[in-house]
Amino acid sequence: MYRIVFNRPIAERIKYMRVVAPFIARKRKPGNFIILIPDEKGERIPLTIVDSDPNQGTIDLIYQEVGTSTFKLGLKKEGDYLYRIVGPLGRPTHIEKFGTVVAIGGGVGIAPLYPIARGMKEAGNRIVTILGARNKGLIILEKEMASISDDLRVWTDDGSYGKKGLVTHGLQELIDEGLKIDMVLAIGPAIMMKFVEKMAAEHNLPIIVSLNPIMVDGTGMCGACRVVVGGKIKFACVDGPEFDGHQVDFDNLILRLKAYRKYERESLERFASFYPELKDYIMGGVR
Amino acid sequence: MTKQAPRFPEELKRKLRDRFNQDWRKEIRKEIGIKERIKIERVEMPENDPMERIKGFFEVNKGYTPEMAMAEARRCMDCANPTCVLGCPVSIDIPTFVKLIEKGDFIGAVKVIKETNSLPAVCGRVCPQEDQCEGNCTYVKMGKKPVAIGHLERFAADYERQAGEVEIPEIKVKKGKKVAIVGAGPAGLTAAGELAKMGYDVTIFEALHEPGGVLMYGIPEFRLPKAILRQELDYLKRLGVKIITDFVVGKTATIEELKEEGYEAFFIGSGAGAPWFLGLPGEELNGIYSANEYLTRVNLMRAFEFPEYDTPIPRGKRVAVIGAGNTAMDAVRTAKRLGAEHAMIVYRRSRAEMPARIEEIKHAEEEGIEFIFLTNPRRFIGDENGWVKQMECVKMELGEPDASGRRRPVPIPGSEFLMDVDIVIIAIGTKPNPLIPQTTPGLKLKKWGEIEVNWDSMETSIPGIFAGGDIVRGGATVILAMGDGRKAAYQIDKYLSGKRD
Repeated sequence: MYRIVFNRPIAERIKYMRVVAPFIARKRKPGNFIILIPDEKGERIPLTIVDSDPNQGTIDLIYQEVGTSTFKLGLKKEGDYLYRIVGPLGRPTHIEKFGTVVAIGGGVGIAPLYPIARGMKEAGNRIVTILGARNKGLIILEKEMASISDDLRVWTDDGSYGKKGLVTHGLQELIDEGLKIDMVLAIGPAIMMKFVEKMAAEHNLPIIVSLNPIMVDGTGMCGACRVVVGGKIKFACVDGPEFDGHQVDFDNLILRLKAYRKYERESLERFASFYPELKDYIMGGVR
Repeated sequence: MTKQAPRFPEELKRKLRDRFNQDWRKEIRKEIGIKERIKIERVEMPENDPMERIKGFFEVNKGYTPEMAMAEARRCMDCANPTCVLGCPVSIDIPTFVKLIEKGDFIGAVKVIKETNSLPAVCGRVCPQEDQCEGNCTYVKMGKKPVAIGHLERFAADYERQAGEVEIPEIKVKKGKKVAIVGAGPAGLTAAGELAKMGYDVTIFEALHEPGGVLMYGIPEFRLPKAILRQELDYLKRLGVKIITDFVVGKTATIEELKEEGYEAFFIGSGAGAPWFLGLPGEELNGIYSANEYLTRVNLMRAFEFPEYDTPIPRGKRVAVIGAGNTAMDAVRTAKRLGAEHAMIVYRRSRAEMPARIEEIKHAEEEGIEFIFLTNPRRFIGDENGWVKQMECVKMELGEPDASGRRRPVPIPGSEFLMDVDIVIIAIGTKPNPLIPQTTPGLKLKKWGEIEVNWDSMETSIPGIFAGGDIVRGGATVILAMGDGRKAAYQIDKYLSGKRD
């Protein structure tokens, strides 16, 4: 059992949790993720490790409340326990000095972006950051990202914060300004990564993306997380989660992420029925 | 794999002969003459009704009653040359335990089994006896049904469990040395049990949140109830074995790091956890599963109880399982239980080449599983949501035998046809999980990533690191994995006590 040090909201439906997991805290590298099970009847869900403290033996996780598992996490309080955590999983990010790295994070995708961008910064890269979200309330880790960025720009769909537009507008802006870009790092919703990749391809920019398919065991055993990369099937859990964005079949990823929509809704409705006072909040997030 | 010529090791031969000559055995042999024994019909296993059992996940076989077990044990002729033992990968003293059952000493029988097999309730249920002990039974040479050794093993183990607290063998000396076992599957559990009995301080590291390996995530409840596995695990814990779950050796800590923690020897039994896919167009569609994923969702994550449990599994109406091994049978029978109207095995060879256990095929047939032979998928076709809706297949015919000795299936040109499906489960085998090899420098591997071992010692290319089961064999059986675990345990003992030649 893994004790929760704190679990607090940092944006609309987005929470920041610190958990005691000493082995994982000791070993984790940027790009690694964990699989957790909220309670005995829970699913195994992957979450990127945002930060860790090997001395305190803690790891930090950020999640958006969208389904039964993440709402279960959201209801946990300081001193509560997570049923299981296993990790660190996945290949750590390949970090080297590329030169100028444009780090693009969309919504809760900023959470996995942060440790990777920080690793890139520590390796001597110049970091130009683009953060994007639907609105101001969904922008997370701005302060942390700013601390490791040489330049940071925020874009929101509704213009409620930063500039009005999508992260692709942000990338276009940098290209138009004549910035010499050595690497693009894009993490966010699959549809966002798809369009960032398209733009990067048009300008011959290399791009790394981090994929978030549905997983079960997370150790290469089941193949639930298979993604098509370079026309071949890869397992995001052991071959990734980061891949050369130009090789990824995003349309397939988008379809696979929707595979359980019907069940996710059924499960969430059942879950919400146990919390009448939270029902509107819980079901309000369903898209 | 080449078949070894059957031969009794001297030590085993002596043990079998000594026991064969004990007075009680002579008495039993005298009681009923061989001619009388031959006349007894094999006692068939009582089973739950197929139409009832497809409504749930309860066990198919009900087990023998003591009377049935004693009657079946009477059939055994107690051969002076018990070839059945040669067929057993862990060399259980079969005639002795069978004759103890005949005598009514069921606890005595299970003690004999446990001399060489720490998981008898599991083996009695999942071993391919027809290829092993029962396949070597003298009755088979006489054209008769073999003694139901598997059913008897299961009976003895179940009897002991139901009789109350299972006895723990006395552990004479504490060796004061730590051994790490990687993977709580059949190989690892067996190695752990043997080493604990010898007095070693044994810790098993398991990646998943429940121990058992394939016995937990792979084999369904209706074939191996989880309660039985749990009791076998309890037995190991009472022997002093520690099990740490949620620990991925290679990731959470490497073997090198565990060495620093004081572990002096290692046994890797991490299994053939990585599924093969077919490499066909459309395989990335939704609704197409590896058997590993499908069975893990149902068995380990209990998706059959969704939404009570959070992990979902789609309940297909037309489910096609590609392959015809035990895993394929498990998957197709699971699909049937989840409400499939058509639960189908699609196999490129014919009935005769199916690798599954005879009993699994029989049970599948009784449950209304459809078998589509000499048929191979070519590609998968999805609907507008990316969900599989059809599978293009081609008819096959059998040509010349291939390397496995089975006749090679060859596609018949122009025989392509479409089959409607809403779930496809790929059950064509697994390959070794790459995590340990990737993170253990110096470990020699074979073609598909299997760990190379010296078959006499089960030791890898790194001294002090032993391996067995599917990580070495690439996809075999529970009992072969257990045999490896047992053999490795004795070699680890030799290694740690400096008794190696």
